[in-house]
Amino acid sequence: MTLPFLILALLTLAGGVAAMTLRRLVHCALALAISFAGLAGLYLNLGAEFAGLAQLLVYVGAIAILIVFVILLTRGGDADPDSSFSPASAGSVVIALAVFAVLAWAVNTSSLAHVATLQPAPPSDKTGTLQIGQALMQHYVLPLEVIGLMLTAAMIGAVILALRDKRIAAEPKDSELRAS
Amino acid sequence: MNPLAGCLLVSALLFAIGLAGAITRRSAILVLAGIELMLSAANLNFIAFWRFGPHPEALTGLIFVIFSIAVAAAEAAVGLALILAIYRHAKTSDVSEIGEMRG
Repeated sequence: MTLPFLILALLTLAGGVAAMTLRRLVHCALALAISFAGLAGLYLNLGAEFAGLAQLLVYVGAIAILIVFVILLTRGGDADPDSSFSPASAGSVVIALAVFAVLAWAVNTSSLAHVATLQPAPPSDKTGTLQIGQALMQHYVLPLEVIGLMLTAAMIGAVILALRDKRIAAEPKDSELRAS
Repeated sequence: MNPLAGCLLVSALLFAIGLAGAITRRSAILVLAGIELMLSAANLNFIAFWRFGPHPEALTGLIFVIFSIAVAAAEAAVGLALILAIYRHAKTSDVSEIGEMRG
């Protein structure tokens, strides 16, 4: 538990809480970006450079910006801020706290949490980006191809879903014709 | 408390925050954001166990996180496109007002 870890954890958790409690949707998206950036910092702190930078590029660079775009496209920015929580939110918070209590209890009672001599493996040149690339290209090449196929399918699917439906757009004209 | 337990507690708290957001917020966009937070919490666990595990040179947790990030990106793209399509149809992105699935 070093000081950088505590600062990054605080940044991540505060960003998460702000993203889930602020009333304006654009503020929520920006707090979410802060939380994701803090999480990338945690990955870097744990010695996972490639995962940390991938997290920064994908989450902060792509997903947070995508969320801002969708908020602006759906006019979520000028939604009524008073009705941003569901009526049963108190019970939901209790459920989430119960889930956290169970997880924290499981962590605290596990034998791993009390091994005082648990130290991270010393940084070696066996866990660098070169080794990740070699593992991806040799041992994990089939999952890599599958994930490429899945990303292509998701991209095409997203474009098709977000396209304006021609039939729905043309329907009012038909009814106008029939009315006249 | 050792560093692994600290990571696991932060991850559990982040998961609980994401869960609370996903079930309390009425905007479908923030429900999706809560789900992303929960996914990221799982990723933090993978990284922590990879780092403090006995064989970090096997790279298993790290590779899993990289694939998980790719899947999360695909999920966010399709989910946000779905929200756009629903908004265009129902004129709202409030999950408590979208009560029917029939087109």
